[in-house]
Amino acid sequence: MAHVSDLIAQDIEQYLRQHEQKSLLRFITCGSVDDGKSTLIGRLLYESKMIFEDQLGALEADSKKMGTQGGDLDFALLVDGLTAEREQGITIDVAYRFFSTDLRKFIVADTPGHEQYTRNMVTGASTADLAVILIDARKGVLTQTRRHSYLVSLLGIRHIVLAVNKLDMMDYSQEVFTRIDADYRAFAAKIGLHDITAIPMSALKGDNIVSASPNTPWYSGPTLMQHLETVVVESDLHAGPMRMPVQWVNRPNLDFRGFCGRLVGGAVKPGDRVRVLPSGRESTVTRIVAMGGDLDQAVAGQSVTITLADEVDISRGDVIVSAHEAAGVADHFRATLVWMSDLPMLPGKPYLMKIGTRTLTARVEEIRYRVDVNTLEHLGAQQFGLNEIGVCLLALDRPVAFDPYEQNRDMGAFILIDRLSNNTMGAGMLHEAVQAAASAGGPLTRVQRARQKGQRGGVVWLAGGSDTTRAEFGMRLESRLFGAGTHVYLLAQSALAPDTDLLQVASLMLDAGLLVVVDGGGGMGAAKHFDSADVAELNLDTAGEGGSALQAAQFEACCDTLLRMLRERGMIAAH
Amino acid sequence: MDKLTHLQRLEAESMDIMREAISEAENPVMLYSIGKDSSVMLHLALKAFYPSRPPFPLLHVDTTWKFREMIAFRDATAKRLNLELLVHQNPDAKARGINPFTHGSAVHTDVWKTEGLKQALDKWGFDAAFGGARRDEEKSRAKERIFSFRSAQHRWDPKMQRPELWRLYNARKHKGESMRVFPLSNWTELDIWQYIYLENIPIVPLYYSKPRPVVERDGTLIMVDDERMPLRAAEVPMMKSVRFRTLGCYPLTGAVESTAATLPEIIQEMLLTKTSERQGRVIDHDQAGSMEKKKQEGYF
Repeated sequence: MAHVSDLIAQDIEQYLRQHEQKSLLRFITCGSVDDGKSTLIGRLLYESKMIFEDQLGALEADSKKMGTQGGDLDFALLVDGLTAEREQGITIDVAYRFFSTDLRKFIVADTPGHEQYTRNMVTGASTADLAVILIDARKGVLTQTRRHSYLVSLLGIRHIVLAVNKLDMMDYSQEVFTRIDADYRAFAAKIGLHDITAIPMSALKGDNIVSASPNTPWYSGPTLMQHLETVVVESDLHAGPMRMPVQWVNRPNLDFRGFCGRLVGGAVKPGDRVRVLPSGRESTVTRIVAMGGDLDQAVAGQSVTITLADEVDISRGDVIVSAHEAAGVADHFRATLVWMSDLPMLPGKPYLMKIGTRTLTARVEEIRYRVDVNTLEHLGAQQFGLNEIGVCLLALDRPVAFDPYEQNRDMGAFILIDRLSNNTMGAGMLHEAVQAAASAGGPLTRVQRARQKGQRGGVVWLAGGSDTTRAEFGMRLESRLFGAGTHVYLLAQSALAPDTDLLQVASLMLDAGLLVVVDGGGGMGAAKHFDSADVAELNLDTAGEGGSALQAAQFEACCDTLLRMLRERGMIAAH
Repeated sequence: MDKLTHLQRLEAESMDIMREAISEAENPVMLYSIGKDSSVMLHLALKAFYPSRPPFPLLHVDTTWKFREMIAFRDATAKRLNLELLVHQNPDAKARGINPFTHGSAVHTDVWKTEGLKQALDKWGFDAAFGGARRDEEKSRAKERIFSFRSAQHRWDPKMQRPELWRLYNARKHKGESMRVFPLSNWTELDIWQYIYLENIPIVPLYYSKPRPVVERDGTLIMVDDERMPLRAAEVPMMKSVRFRTLGCYPLTGAVESTAATLPEIIQEMLLTKTSERQGRVIDHDQAGSMEKKKQEGYF
């Protein structure tokens, strides 16, 4: 392993001192099978001289035997691990790769870009601080690029490297690069990704990977390696208030009681006032005990053992937090869920939930919507299947300490485990606490009111058409829905006092758990006032056969289509 | 405070993994193979549970073909740290006289190590076993989970692995099933050596160079550690200054010629050398994908 550093040969002890100071960056690479992802990782390993001669020899032999690069080294073969995938030429799971330079050690989560992409990408992204998103310069920003970016933003990664790859096949065109960069930024801003570094490259040829390429004289930014070595990421900042989920209570004898755990936020030192959640008891940190001698301070990322001034009842699963900036405690949450099992997620079914060091029972009370990861549209759903993502309301069997995932990944992340098979079924992120169920004494929610009616409710907004057509079709639709067992109400602007806000009334009815058919006087675009999962807009001017205006003779067929769609979206009960 | 160094973060992660494993397991054990990775793993365990002693015994699955210095080091370590040491030798392998010379490395490893390990886990009913494997060692290891689920038959199914997200390890299992837990998953060979140097961790002297009796066989230097080694015609042990990059059964472990007698020299040599550490082991060369196959059958 020929590290280029001359220090190794000349002054190994100096080299070791220098390398002890290296930091760690974990990142994920996202791209499809053809974007050259394995080639890029293989290239990084090769360029950082992490490939040994025996491995290089095997690579040369493999490249000849099954390589796709003619006589050249096929770097992808370096990173495609298991036998099955070597035969199929695909990566089938998350693999972790390691390389290191003089400044940093890197752990790369290598995830496949095809089937199972969601499950694998989410897994890889969960421990990453940065994402390298590969784009084939010949193809530009694709649906899959948007999908990968959405997943990356969902998992809370804030730093993006846009690797515009295969630019050699576009004659290293600055225009191509600039256009892709602009396209991507326009999209990324919409999903909250702002820290984007776009780099023109060819992983195959080595352009702008380690050293600046002579083929892109118009590019003055960092090479990929330069950027990875210097980018500042959250894991290094120890930002936020102190948080420590208690893993294990250390009791070697009756005189010592230490609380072991990993600091997942802020810093701690003796004298700090802390609170134990969910109990709410407070105490003061007396020592941070370590084998080599007590520590003066510990920061996020460290595994520590602390002692407290008072005899507080603390056990595994509790969270010790800063008394001045405590975490929240709740048992009902709005959360995003990523489903990872072939068996669907069923609302109401009890799952084991592991959050921090606590394991408890949780149920999905209500699916708010499912997200189409390709279009980012919100869709209705009765359940989540493999690789589906959505927002739901989650009810726990007891309160837990938490921070929103956006503020602290470790305090807001959880997994759901099947109680029979013990398999990990899904993973999720808590966003906020919501009102507890009425049985627990809180006010009733729309979810509860709608569930009592066996539906989710929603708004069907009738637009276009003549006043007569709208009124007649509205009545017909209400009658059909009513006949299908739906709790429905036809709300017409004409029936309200002139100054009444139709939208407000519709919202109240939605909150009552109803399905509201709204005859809003023919205007369009009212749908944007509602959550897209809750509303369906029908334009009577185009709802007829072949996009024509709806005729009375087509009312039944149109109702059939609408009812089917409302069922598919989970707004009304499926019969 | 400055940001944590990569070694500090690796250390914290390993401690976190061990604490999590013993909290969720009923009867954990640490697989102690006496090598440098085991030395680091044991050191991390001492730190993770300090001031308590690690709440589990050490288990050595002995093949009876280990270097004598390894066995001496093993016993001295357990005594020095006052830890319970369990040693298991597969009685079946013993009865059949399995050895690497007449049965070959594949059979030898399978019967002594793989079968021996399963026997030992069943014998004492361990439901979680720490191993010192690293993801950088070999390609099929790169996909291994940190908490790796094994069926009641100790089998590993690479297609049925549980997704492992954040630092949330799913350690749940049914009776009879078990977990292999790898606290050093994210360490590399260089990290291990740097940490040994930084923390002054004792390692078996075989890692340091010194004149030792060796024969050259099929291009590999094999140390003649005891009189059981059958010498081929014209093979005469010669004293050479050698050391070992990995330790295992002496007939299966290649020595490298070296003068590195201190840790910095060893690290220097490793950084300047051009072959990966597993090349000294015969197991990987037997057949393509051999590690993956062994792992499915229950090898660590």
